[in-house]
Amino acid sequence: MSRRRRDGGVPAPLLVPALLAVAFLVLPLAGLVVRAPWSQIGPQLASPGVGQALRLSLVSATLATAVSLLLGVPLAWVLARSTLRGRSVLRALVTVPLVLPPVVGGVALFLVLGRQGIVGRWLYEATGFSLPFTTAAVVVAETFVAMPFLVISVEGALRAADARFEDAAATLGADRWTTFRRVTLPLVAPGIAAGAVLCWARALGEFGATITFAGNFPGTTQTMPLAVYLALQRDPEAAIVLSLVLLAVSLATLLLLRGRWLGRTVSA
Amino acid sequence: MSLEAHVVVWRGALEVDVELSVADGEVLAVLGPNGAGKSTVLRVLAGLLPPDGGRVVVDGDQVWNDADVALPPHRRAIGMVFQDHLLFPHLSVTENVAFGPRSRGVSRAAARAAATAWLDRVGLAGLGDRRPGQLSGGQAQRAALARALVGEPRVLLLDEPLSALDARTRLSVRAELHRHLTDYAGSAVLVTHDPVDAMALATRVVVVEDGRVVQAGTPAEVARRPRTDYVARLVGLVLLAGTGAGTTVALDGGGAVAVADEARGPVFVAVRPESVSLYLSRPDGSPRNVWPLRLVTATPHGSVVRCDLAGEVALTADVTATSFAELGLAPGAAVWASVKASEVAVYPR
Amino acid sequence: MTHRSLLAVAAALALTACSGPPVDGAAAGPTPDGSDLSGTLTVFAAASLTDVFTTLGEEFERQHPQVDVQFSFAGSSALAAQLTQGAPADLFAAADEAQMARVQDAGLVEDPAEFAANRLVLAVPPANPAGLRPPEGGAGVPSLADILTSDVTLAVCAEEVPCGAAAAEVLAAAGSPATPDTYEEDVRAVLTKVELGEVDAGLVYVSDVVAAGDGVVAFAFREGEQAVNRYEAAVLTDAPNPAAARAFSELVRSDAGQAALGAAGFPPS
Repeated sequence: MSRRRRDGGVPAPLLVPALLAVAFLVLPLAGLVVRAPWSQIGPQLASPGVGQALRLSLVSATLATAVSLLLGVPLAWVLARSTLRGRSVLRALVTVPLVLPPVVGGVALFLVLGRQGIVGRWLYEATGFSLPFTTAAVVVAETFVAMPFLVISVEGALRAADARFEDAAATLGADRWTTFRRVTLPLVAPGIAAGAVLCWARALGEFGATITFAGNFPGTTQTMPLAVYLALQRDPEAAIVLSLVLLAVSLATLLLLRGRWLGRTVSA
Repeated sequence: MSLEAHVVVWRGALEVDVELSVADGEVLAVLGPNGAGKSTVLRVLAGLLPPDGGRVVVDGDQVWNDADVALPPHRRAIGMVFQDHLLFPHLSVTENVAFGPRSRGVSRAAARAAATAWLDRVGLAGLGDRRPGQLSGGQAQRAALARALVGEPRVLLLDEPLSALDARTRLSVRAELHRHLTDYAGSAVLVTHDPVDAMALATRVVVVEDGRVVQAGTPAEVARRPRTDYVARLVGLVLLAGTGAGTTVALDGGGAVAVADEARGPVFVAVRPESVSLYLSRPDGSPRNVWPLRLVTATPHGSVVRCDLAGEVALTADVTATSFAELGLAPGAAVWASVKASEVAVYPR
Repeated sequence: MTHRSLLAVAAALALTACSGPPVDGAAAGPTPDGSDLSGTLTVFAAASLTDVFTTLGEEFERQHPQVDVQFSFAGSSALAAQLTQGAPADLFAAADEAQMARVQDAGLVEDPAEFAANRLVLAVPPANPAGLRPPEGGAGVPSLADILTSDVTLAVCAEEVPCGAAAAEVLAAAGSPATPDTYEEDVRAVLTKVELGEVDAGLVYVSDVVAAGDGVVAFAFREGEQAVNRYEAAVLTDAPNPAAARAFSELVRSDAGQAALGAAGFPPS
């Protein structure tokens, strides 16, 4: 008989793989930290290019998350709650960006939104505006790749949420929109927050679709991952420094947010 | 105010086909076993489930019919209380109760005032700022009742409102519910599988089994004269079907029962288990109903032991623990059972 | 338009052919049958060499049936990074001197030898949305400034990669007639955007234009001669199969090899 408290013990068949998983996920980061040329960090951070890329990354990832929330939460609701025919096909379709190599995603975006694209051509001819190589294109590329993460987690949260609360709201005179706003949304808020974090993190690290569709121009479309990749071509040490900066900023942001909403759910 | 409904729903192999009519101030209990289709009927009345046919009429207004009327739930003047209260966990108790008025366009202040007044009426004054998670089960169900009633609905629907509560709480909430149902002017429908709820709260009862109404009447009628085994068991009676010929009823399953009242044609015979006496040898004296039977099972039931008997007539007898010990009975033992003709109820099928 | 473009490419090829460095005196004839060669030959080669090296590899295997040639094609800088991290290879063929220098500085190769050169041309989509063309009746090869206008959407390689360094050089030499709109991660990415018509023009290598076939139209320009990209090959010092590596290097620099490179758009070195 084990004297260990029942709730404190982790069975060995779970503990060993869990530790391996931690090692597998954390060691590469440790490698970055160990190999980082710490003396270069100061000058790198001070260089205007890095600040610019970092700012652009944070802004575009946040905008992409906002767009994803605006469009993705309603999509998740349709997938989870509506009785639309062909929902499973729809679900498979919207998760395509998850399996599509991001570079292919970038090319696909060109074919639709590019200057010669199906929609982009019309826009270009009408207004002279061409989306590629603009900051908006960065947001579009990141949204394309990251939104499915949000949709999938919010749909999961909606499915897990007790739909009878929505029945109760309906019997109290709330139409479906009011019910969604005042009951469903607050109930699945933790799921939406988790999905938004996942989406933001994915957008922040986005490389392939961004460099393909938005190109790479400092200050306009060069996000941190692009800067890291190009630094790797000439100066791997600088690339390590840039990676660490990106890592530190994203971790700090996530921890800050986590503290925020954990604090809120406890009081709820 | 009144409710009239004919509900037809196909649920897999079960066809639910139930007609209901509830007058002003009346409380109709829909009693039946699990899976009989009771809650399905209630969801159709609420508008949460579109039926496959029939109609729902409230105060003469068509709410749903086969042809062209299908009012969504939020546009029906209903209040509904669910088994596990379903108070919104992210809102305070007051906000929960004010939710209905707010949804129907009442101003924030007026909705809060109405909510506070109702919380007071159900005995939750001062608890309005709590979250539902901070209430006990009984308090939560009271709050749910306040939430359903605050909008003064024309129809109140109660779906097993007491079954999630522990026995002691159930008693006090049932009393509370009884008080509010008595005051309530609209039509109320209570779905339950507990005959005590039905007897205590309803003015009329319909019994639903396998999607059909098998019996309807006042609680007293249903309790006294059950028409199916299920109801008889619920109200603690043994039900036997037979054909009356004067003061003797020939049972469909064989054997005969002597009754005090004259009976003709197809009838039900109901026997209360506590009126059945057991003996080790054939009793002498007056009883006309004496059968040699066999003990199948014996289960303690409060202060009595419930004995299921088999033989010419399938009976159940409740004997005191002391007598049971004195008889020294074991399953399979032969025993004589008797019941007085005056203790046997007989009524037409 | 097609007519003009063919002329343009032909002009580019002709120009590079006569402006390239003199043919190496040591150019050998067909490699004698090396029956002594066997085993696996691993070649790390710049992505732009994919087509021509694959052909040469088949030729090599025909000459040396005992040898199995394995290629790893990628960007030169990526390959250089892999080699410095200890990737096993016999021969490294880089698209520019800088990447070869990285590997040489790490002590992994000695004596790299140039085997081809490449130079930038201006590629435009077949539809040529910006209407770019050399001035009519101009004598000789035009300047980049004569072809480009300042309002075009222009893609070039990022300065971190060889084609980007060359692009910066030619743009500066031409007096910065236009500002790039995007700095791509490699020359293929520039070419893709030109082919898709999403940019008006891109600076790419002659060899890429040849590989793209009808997908793009290219114009040669004067400044291209100032930023010639030299391809170098070197046998790794710890190559598992140095003899085969040397033999393949010789094949590349042979007349046959140079002819194949020339056909693929690489002017002989």
